[in-house]
Amino acid sequence: MSNVVIRVENLSKQYRIGTANHRHDTLRDHIAERFKSMFGRNGYGHPNDPRDTIWALKDVSFEVKQGEAMGFVGHNGAGKSTLLKLLSRITEPTAGFAEIRGRVSSLLEVGTGFHPELTGCENIYLSGVILGMTKAEINRKFDEIVAFAEVEKFIGTPVKHYSSGMYVRLAFAVAAHLETEILLVDEVLAVGDLDFQKKCLGKIGEVAKQGRTVLFVSHSMATVLNLCSRAILLRSGQLVYDGPAESTIKNYLEYQSSKGAQGFDNNPERSGNGVIRLIGARIFNEVNQATSHLVAGRPASFEFRYENMTGEHRGCNILFAIYNQLGVAVSCFDFSLNYGLVERLGSGGVFTCHVPKLPLPIGQYSINIKLEVNGEEADLVLHALVFNVDNSNFFKSGQTPPLRFGTSLVDHTWSQQIEPVSDVVAAQ
Amino acid sequence: MISEAKLDIPILRIEPTRGWAALKLRELWTYRELLYFLVWRDVKVRYKQTAIGVGWTILQPLMTMVVFTMIFGNLAKVPSVGVPYPVFAYTALLPWNLFSGALNRCTISLVGSANLITKVYFPRLIVPASATIAGVIDFTISFVFLLGIMLWYHMVPTWGVLTLPLFLFQTLITVLAVGLWLSALNVRYRDVGHAIPFLIQIWMFLSPVAYPVSLVPEKWRLLYSVNPMVGVIEGFRWALLGKESPDFRIVAVSSVVLIVVLLGGLFYFKRIERTFADVV
Repeated sequence: MSNVVIRVENLSKQYRIGTANHRHDTLRDHIAERFKSMFGRNGYGHPNDPRDTIWALKDVSFEVKQGEAMGFVGHNGAGKSTLLKLLSRITEPTAGFAEIRGRVSSLLEVGTGFHPELTGCENIYLSGVILGMTKAEINRKFDEIVAFAEVEKFIGTPVKHYSSGMYVRLAFAVAAHLETEILLVDEVLAVGDLDFQKKCLGKIGEVAKQGRTVLFVSHSMATVLNLCSRAILLRSGQLVYDGPAESTIKNYLEYQSSKGAQGFDNNPERSGNGVIRLIGARIFNEVNQATSHLVAGRPASFEFRYENMTGEHRGCNILFAIYNQLGVAVSCFDFSLNYGLVERLGSGGVFTCHVPKLPLPIGQYSINIKLEVNGEEADLVLHALVFNVDNSNFFKSGQTPPLRFGTSLVDHTWSQQIEPVSDVVAAQ
Repeated sequence: MISEAKLDIPILRIEPTRGWAALKLRELWTYRELLYFLVWRDVKVRYKQTAIGVGWTILQPLMTMVVFTMIFGNLAKVPSVGVPYPVFAYTALLPWNLFSGALNRCTISLVGSANLITKVYFPRLIVPASATIAGVIDFTISFVFLLGIMLWYHMVPTWGVLTLPLFLFQTLITVLAVGLWLSALNVRYRDVGHAIPFLIQIWMFLSPVAYPVSLVPEKWRLLYSVNPMVGVIEGFRWALLGKESPDFRIVAVSSVVLIVVLLGGLFYFKRIERTFADVV
């Protein structure tokens, strides 16, 4: 109990969302409305009208021990960034409380405080002080920071002349040298090239190993698994699961697939103007059985059932993209690329996509589906289906390479030429 | 509860605050380096950007002085307490330009620092404070020019000049007092930032910049001194020109108003501070 450094209890944050009528961000309007409401009803809801507010976070409670690396996962809008903002004291909770023992540094974006007109050197000081370091600390670590960012030659040039890569490296280098006991990180690793991302991940991993506490928000399951021992799943502002990282992620992915099975209802990640709607999606294996388990190297079909809501449309398209468990897109299957736009829709129907030789490595996959009409998004369903590739017939051995070396399997052959062993060598 | 006894690190408690918030002035002291760097940044950026930047600092009060001299000094023949009109006007323009420039910057400072306010924690008071202090550099340059003009007219500053830092400080406090209200209001109501330059123009004519306080009829004078800049300008004129000491009632009224506005501003600011990151 005495090892706990962060304790959160029933933390909640409510936001007021303004509709067009309610927002008055000029003093003139505000005064005018006050007059109106003094003289009678003007159609305003009560300040706590449920239609006007949302709970970005509701009754979230958990504890973090010293030295723990804790991940936070969940769909967009689940409340992860709001939680970090609350713990960073950038915004105030509406209810509940948090207790923190130790100094906190927050990395909510890359390059906080950077000013384009100032040089790299000047920005290191500015950004460092803004993030919470003292001038003496920065003096001490200056050379390390410059070396980490690999911008020695350019340290005297205004940052507006830096390439985006250099900018990000320098910004992260400053943040990486924060020495507080607790670190809150919000997806800042999604920037920069792969090498740099690895470097950042490495540094954050080091931080965790040094016994400092890290709270890490990310969409990348792979990163969370890599860095965190424990993870919390948030959904629509509420804490749904708190446990070891693998189980939390499993929970998250399973929920996504169960959402698909419900036929796309109540999917918070669905958008579009709705003139045509997706009403069903299924996957078939080579013997035409509906399944969620496929074999790499064998035929597979993807079937999409739609409903036409408002009369005949021309110029339609359907496309879907397959994503692997690291969140990387493997390929996009787009009707119009081969066949042009769809001319007739009827009142409803089915599109089927045949893949003769499924080129997916063993792993778990999800599909996003989009219907377009005249170039506009009619229905976009994220995580509509989840399926597994458990076996492979693609290569003779039945095995496939690891996911991090390739998103898809490529048909190829090898040839070899041998030089005969020479007599000189053989004689030895 | 997290036990505090084990280690000497204090526990930070984050929870909703209701009503008036504590001023937490001690916390401001721990963030003094940030204040320094923000001022340093504003000054550096301003002077890097234009070659004329430095020239503009000198040009603006000089040109205003010339225009005032032509219109008020020569045409309208406004009395100038026994000193050449240009000097008379410039001694008031010195604190006035600091006031108007700093107040303009201060009003929009919070909105302008939205990128910081939504990403990092620090006491938000630092933002308008740094916008205010950044004006001191320009003030110093203008002051050197004032000395030049006085020498031109064979005027030597009196010993009162030593009290000038006090009046400079009073000017900064005046800017901050008004600026706290305006910057906080501007976050919520953006039209405040647009109205301020215009209001400051009017304010100048309600202050003894172009004309002396003696021009104001006796019966209105106390009401007139509710304007805190009256006390400031009178102080500057006395320190630099050393004529008869200012009417202490005027200075007293101005100062009391100043303190009330400042305290009110501090409390209002702290109360509204918790909504900044959500609204900005």
